[in-house]
Amino acid sequence: MRLESLTQSIGEWLRGTGPESDIVMSSRVRLARNVAHFPFVSRASEQDRADVERLLRERIAATPLGKGLEYIDVGRLEEIDRQFLVERQLISREHAEAQGARGVAIDRMEQVSLMINEEDHLRIQCMHSGLDLKAAWEQIRAVDDQIGTLVPYAFHPRFGYLTACPTNVGTGIRVSVMLHLPALVITRQIDKVFRSLHKISLAVRGLYGEGSQAMGDFYQISNQTTLGRTEEELLEQVGDVVPVLIDYERRAREFLVRETQQNVHDQVSRAYGILRTAQTISAEETMQLLSRVRMGVLLGLIGDVKIADINTLLVRTQPAHLQKLRGVELDTNDRNIERARYLRHHFEGGGTAGSSVN
Amino acid sequence: MKCQHCDKQAVFHITELESGSVRELHLCEDHARSYLNQSEVAAAAADEEAEGKPKGGGLTGPLGVGQTADELALLDQRSCEMCGITFFEFRNQGRLGCPHDYAQFEKELEPLIANIHGATEHTGRRPDRGPGGLPEGTEELTAVIGLRRGMKEAIGREDYEQAREQRDAIRAIEERWLGGAGTAAQGGP
Ligand SMILES: [Zn+2]
Ligand SMILES: [Zn+2]
Repeated sequence: MRLESLTQSIGEWLRGTGPESDIVMSSRVRLARNVAHFPFVSRASEQDRADVERLLRERIAATPLGKGLEYIDVGRLEEIDRQFLVERQLISREHAEAQGARGVAIDRMEQVSLMINEEDHLRIQCMHSGLDLKAAWEQIRAVDDQIGTLVPYAFHPRFGYLTACPTNVGTGIRVSVMLHLPALVITRQIDKVFRSLHKISLAVRGLYGEGSQAMGDFYQISNQTTLGRTEEELLEQVGDVVPVLIDYERRAREFLVRETQQNVHDQVSRAYGILRTAQTISAEETMQLLSRVRMGVLLGLIGDVKIADINTLLVRTQPAHLQKLRGVELDTNDRNIERARYLRHHFEGGGTAGSSVN
Repeated sequence: MKCQHCDKQAVFHITELESGSVRELHLCEDHARSYLNQSEVAAAAADEEAEGKPKGGGLTGPLGVGQTADELALLDQRSCEMCGITFFEFRNQGRLGCPHDYAQFEKELEPLIANIHGATEHTGRRPDRGPGGLPEGTEELTAVIGLRRGMKEAIGREDYEQAREQRDAIRAIEERWLGGAGTAAQGGP
């Protein structure tokens, strides 16, 4: 697959469609699986990794689903291309930075991604726009069944599917929902909300960010345990809390409009102003400002911007995307200048995000 | 607040950073002592090893609560028959070596798994092996990891008779589980 063809699309998770997509960016389910007759990746020899990669690549290609997949040899990619796949959430940062034989198979919709030789031999991921865990689960179950009939996954009658880290053992499932929660951040309620989530053993992570400081008010909620409950129960555990968070965020947004209308309007307008006029701007600041503008559009404070466009900008202003769109490698300074240029051009033209850079 | 391992009052509140996430421990005096004791053992052992591996990345926390330092040191030296990883290496890295480790270290992993998940029994989906008489558990297939290691060692000491036996054993198991597309089918001695 030519990665360039991907720059023209934005990928499933930023499509901006699906239920509750004003707050829920995407729903994702992933399964961790290992082949029974090889050491786990961290203890596998170079030969083992190559054998596992070939076995899984060939058997995945032999499934009915295999015909619709493109295989990318991640081990042979340039760093910028690996980074590009990370920005699209098709591979993990760990997978990008790992060593040895490894790859990823993805479908054209960018809903399914199968990482080979990540922390586990196989990490299957299904992602859908908006709040739709059921669709993601049904899709991934079918994928898992197809591969499972051709590959003997390591399984223990009592501990379930065996994984390199005991934190994933059992179902091997991680159910995540990515939410945009700017109003909870502005009203300083976000920490309180997360503390209550930890109490019911759900994990919270910021998008791209390390630690608790989420970039651009995007947060990912996921299950922390994988053993002792069925996949459906774990889906429910995450799924049940999302409507509550949506409700909190909606109420916080209403509060902001009702009580601090001028303030919010000012914040949002300034964010929009900077994005339209800056001459140099970092990826972090861009994400923060786009987050504010996104909220402004949803609150009806900014009229002429589409949510899908903001989602597109969120991914296209990331370092690797920016460089691939420009067609040259750029250092941090030049990227900041190019990013500002791209944003100005986009907003001046009032154009769609599909317009070219040049 | 109660101790998370028993009904006594928690007097120690410890925050641990492990594999990127923060974990809070609330322990009574007894459990705190055994916890701190075994983290010290791990730290001392890690210093001895002096491999420059980052400390605290492992799942050192809830392991072996109630075990003495001596018991733990002994346990650390035990290794997996298949992949050769020692329990110490696992504790240090937080990653297991192969699927057999769950059987090899079952007794030791159980309290750790119970601590992480609050359960020790899988209740979710199970593999559908179809007709053909293959068991649900994959221990038999995982034994190939040990056979492969044995084969390499046999080749190393030029014991080709032994190596051939190991290869044939691998082929038989892989044929049964993978239908002849295994590793021994392509290469081997
Ligand atoms: Zn206690
Ligand atoms: Zn092992």
